[in-house]
Amino acid sequence: MKIKGRVWKYGDDVNTDVIFAGKYTYTVKERADMAQYALEDLDPDFAKNVKPGDVIVAGKNWGCGSSREQAAICLKELELGAIIAKSFARIHYRNCLNEGLPILISAEAQDLVKNGDEIEIDFDLGVIKAGGREVKFPPYPKFVQGLVNDGGLIPHVKKSLGLA
Amino acid sequence: MGYTVAEKALGRAAGYNARANEVVTVEPDFCMSHDNTGPISRTFKKIGVKNVWKPERLVVILDHGVPAPSSDHAVNHKEAREFMAEQGAPHFFDVTSAGGVCHQKFCEEGFALPGIVVIGSDSHTCTYGAFGTFATGIGRSEMAAAWATGKIWFKVPESMKINVSGKFKKGVTPKDFILKAMGDVKSDGADYMSVEFHGSGITDMSIAGRMTLCNLGIEMGAKNAVCAPDQKTLDYIKNREKTEDWEALWADPDAVYAKELSYDLGDIAPGVAKPHTVDNYASIDEVKGTKVDQAFLGSCTNGRLEDLREAASVLKGKKVAVRTIVIPASWNIYREAIRDGTIETLLDAGCIICNSGCGPCLGAHMGTLAPGEVCVSTANRNFKGRMGNKDSFIYLASPYTVAISAIKGELSDPREAF
Repeated sequence: MKIKGRVWKYGDDVNTDVIFAGKYTYTVKERADMAQYALEDLDPDFAKNVKPGDVIVAGKNWGCGSSREQAAICLKELELGAIIAKSFARIHYRNCLNEGLPILISAEAQDLVKNGDEIEIDFDLGVIKAGGREVKFPPYPKFVQGLVNDGGLIPHVKKSLGLA
Repeated sequence: MGYTVAEKALGRAAGYNARANEVVTVEPDFCMSHDNTGPISRTFKKIGVKNVWKPERLVVILDHGVPAPSSDHAVNHKEAREFMAEQGAPHFFDVTSAGGVCHQKFCEEGFALPGIVVIGSDSHTCTYGAFGTFATGIGRSEMAAAWATGKIWFKVPESMKINVSGKFKKGVTPKDFILKAMGDVKSDGADYMSVEFHGSGITDMSIAGRMTLCNLGIEMGAKNAVCAPDQKTLDYIKNREKTEDWEALWADPDAVYAKELSYDLGDIAPGVAKPHTVDNYASIDEVKGTKVDQAFLGSCTNGRLEDLREAASVLKGKKVAVRTIVIPASWNIYREAIRDGTIETLLDAGCIICNSGCGPCLGAHMGTLAPGEVCVSTANRNFKGRMGNKDSFIYLASPYTVAISAIKGELSDPREAF
């Protein structure tokens, strides 16, 4: 799998409340409706202007805070290509994989790119190309790869139970 | 080489001796969910399985918006109610005087037991570690999948050991200690880790205080946080335990830790987490005089009887200068606080008492903020927008600090009250 898009660059400790605000958690119910609120309290331009395949490149501890899965769903619904961060908070990390949203850990990517740069990710080769340079990233652990291949947890569980 | 609590508890559930960084698949002892049970039940139905693997393992407690502040909330509650009935699942806590904040109720009802594995679709599920439970937060899809399969995978976490000795000085509480520790560890310092609280400082601490510590484990990024089960734990769970299949596990003396920290509680001063991150620690000296518009006493972090009593001891005979919202963490606590006069003291001081639930903590209702306003709060998060408006400011503090700040209308040192 390959994706190509523009970079949306953010800093450290971006929490799930600014990705998807708590006040919407029980009033916005349809997945498609969640997209418009993505990153509302961090970058109001993001949801309006992001294009399918674009990539968020962030610092450490992306997605800290709440377990709300809407913080992954709103980005998935915008057809975000991937999130690259120096590190992820663990519940959000699992939520993104469970929603079939590709996420990558890279210590170097953030220093490589500017906001709006073109970026390309080759998941098969484990390579990020941006700013005229390439950085490698390690493959997912085996048990996670199965989840990703099936497009997220629910399709994965359906398949494993013979209900797909 | 000895075993950590995470290795022992996940090993016990997996049926073999597990070590940090191994991946294990386990059957959860209990699955906690709240108002999000409605959406989870919809995802569950998409899987195509008719029945939950073991309905008696589900614990559903409505708290995030109770009573429903909008029709949308009411629909969530209705879905949860109907799903639990349809599944014949017995452990449902509806909007009644048997309810309260999910994490408080879960413990009060005897589901939080030493050595068992609990998953909850809420990040503060780690609270149950106060009883020696291995408890961790997960998302909605993962909960739906666990209901269908009775299984969940975990990477056995590495562990962080926090040694706690000494005794608090007057006016200083477990909240002040954990705010300081969060400031030191930082919001990602325990990412993916199991945090173990060791030492005489924990043995001397009440169950309520231990719950406050473990509750905030997630704010350091931890997968779970845990205190050693002891006589206080056994006394608490006696006559409450919902299963006999638990085991008082604790770490071996020669267990291996990724990080180790030590604190003397006698060195801890009253402190706050400044806006907009939980690790933005300051001692009260650095921030006193900051004007506040609202005070909030409650939440799964600090809405227990001893928290209300601490605040009441400061507020007795005084008047609050700003609107002060008090939310007991459960209706049992509410009753107790009526019986012992705490509620009357708080009312006399000008506080308003709301019904048990999450209230303004996540910005849904009962005390959301206007732009530019400042709230001093005993809750757990001060993120931008957390209490409903992105241009407002939240300082996290202890019940004593919230009470004295409410009287003075500005952040104040609780030690002045004694």
